[in-house]
Formats: sequence, C-alpha cells, structure tokens
Amino acid sequence: MAHPSQLGFQDAASPVMEELLHFHDHTLMIVFLISTLVLYIIMAMVTTKLTNKFILDSQEIEIIWTLLPALILILIALPSLRILYLMDEVNDPHLTVKALGHQWYWSYEYTDYNNFGFDSYMVPTQDLTPGQFRLLDVDHRMVIPTESPVRVLITADDVLHSWAVPSLGIKMDAVPGRLNQTAFIVSRPGIYYGQCSEICGANHSFMPIVVEAIPLKHFENWSTLMLENS
Amino acid sequence: MSDRINEKIQNYRTAPFDARFPNTNQTRNCYQNYLDFHRCNKALSAKQQDPAPCEWYRRVYTSLCPMGWVCLWGEIHTFIYLYKNVNSDGIKLNIY
Repeated sequence: MAHPSQLGFQDAASPVMEELLHFHDHTLMIVFLISTLVLYIIMAMVTTKLTNKFILDSQEIEIIWTLLPALILILIALPSLRILYLMDEVNDPHLTVKALGHQWYWSYEYTDYNNFGFDSYMVPTQDLTPGQFRLLDVDHRMVIPTESPVRVLITADDVLHSWAVPSLGIKMDAVPGRLNQTAFIVSRPGIYYGQCSEICGANHSFMPIVVEAIPLKHFENWSTLMLENS
Repeated sequence: MSDRINEKIQNYRTAPFDARFPNTNQTRNCYQNYLDFHRCNKALSAKQQDPAPCEWYRRVYTSLCPMGWVCLWGEIHTFIYLYKNVNSDGIKLNIY
C-alpha cells in the first residue's frame, strides 16, 4: 500500500507491474539525462562571455542532434511496445471473479462453481480496529489464489466507477451495461489496496478495493467456508 | 463427440479464452453464451435429444455474466413468455 511521502510506485506484486516499474526507471533515467544536459547547455550559454557571429551551418552537429534523439526514442519505444503486447497476451485463466461497482461499495462474485457473491464496504473510521488502515480497509476482501492467472470482469450497477489496484498494475473502468476484462497473476501472498478511480458521487473517496492473495490450498478453504456461511 | 463434450464439462475450470471476443469488452461474450444455452436447449428438446451438451454454455455464461444480469434476463424471458399473446383487446396471460 502507499506510505506517507511516497515518491515512486508501490512494490510490484505481479509480473506486469514489475515490467512497468523497470520500464519507468529506464525512461525516467533517459529523461533525467536529457534534462541535465539541456540545463547544463543553458547555463553554459548564459554565463559565457564568448561570442561568435560567423557560424553559418554545421553538417556534423546537425546529423548528431537528429540521429541521437531518434535513437533515444527507439530505445524508449521498443520496451514500451514489448510491455504493451505482454499485457495483451492471450491468457488461460484458472478463475473468474466479477467486480461490480455500486454507489458506494464494490461487490464481488465468484460464479465458476456456485453462485456466490458478497459486498465489500469500507470500514468507517470510527469502527477501525488497531492495525487497520483508515479509508483503505474493507469488511470483506476480494480473495484470490497466488500464482494463478485470474480474470476479473468489471462492471457497474449505476454510474461509472473504476477498479484500480496499483501494486498489481491494474486499472479498469466499471461501465454500466458493459463487461470489461482484465487479467493478472499475483506473484506473492499479501494484501493489496486500491481505490475507486472514477468520480462517482459523494462517497467516491470511500469505496476502496482490497485484494488478498493466499496460496491455493487456503483459497479453497476460504471459498468452502464462505459458501457454508452464505 | 459427446464424450469430448462431457470431458470438457467435467474438467471445467472457468470460461476459456474465446477468439471471437479477444478484446477488453466481454459483454457480447457473456450474452452470446446465454443465448446459445437457451437456443441449444430449445433445439435439442425439439428434437427430443439429451440437452446435456448445453451445460457447457450454461457454465460459461454463469462464469462470465453478473448474477444480476442473468436474473434480469430471466425475468424478461418470463415476461415475454407470459405475455406473448398481447393483442389490442388487452393483455392475455399465456398460462390459461
């Protein structure tokens, strides 16, 4: 989850997010290098007493400052396209979960074997128990098995919402009447937080998303328990 | 052929990738399987055959479609079935 004064991304919990993180580091380094170079040139230009009124053209430097930016752009574009196509790979999911956005909570449905669903409301601040996170924790988390490809189908019941979990590198709009698909694999067990990412009314800031990833054996126990209790 | 279908249904995990719907928007995937289930049932029952193969479509649409949508379509289905003899004289229920 996010922590105070955070500057970078949250730790990646899925392979795609890891790739995005590394790509961001790579691109940001290029951007810093270019900005530093340009700033240095500006400083040098502004502080020199030298003048030259007789330069008319220079073929060599023109070639350099055309080819070098083209090369830099290619160095950015190739990893970018690689990740784009990686995210779009055909996947064969092991599990399908539906996330429905309502005003102002999410509900999750697991209907591969039984018709089983539950609502996920934010824990109000006055009801928090010690150790819980304000505005982030919910009463029922969306539980999924680790290291299994999961398909999430996202829709909304009333207005636009958006289902986002930064650690997994996912954000997908919840549109009424439309079923949007996204897929991910969670690499390690843990609890991952996100928040509704499309303005949806008064309590838009108070409908968080919590994904709990547990090993498959425990996931089977959890789903059996939830079925018995529902 | 029916052995293959039965094996597929027995080994069902979740709706597999459907190349007819490769993109993000899976609305049509859900609806198409719902329609296919009912059409399959209707066609096989009309021929007095075992509607067991239709179970595949039922599993797929149950995996993909939100429960609320399935309920709503069921209600619409029932409404159309009950009121299909509506004429200008008023509503005649089809249950008599």
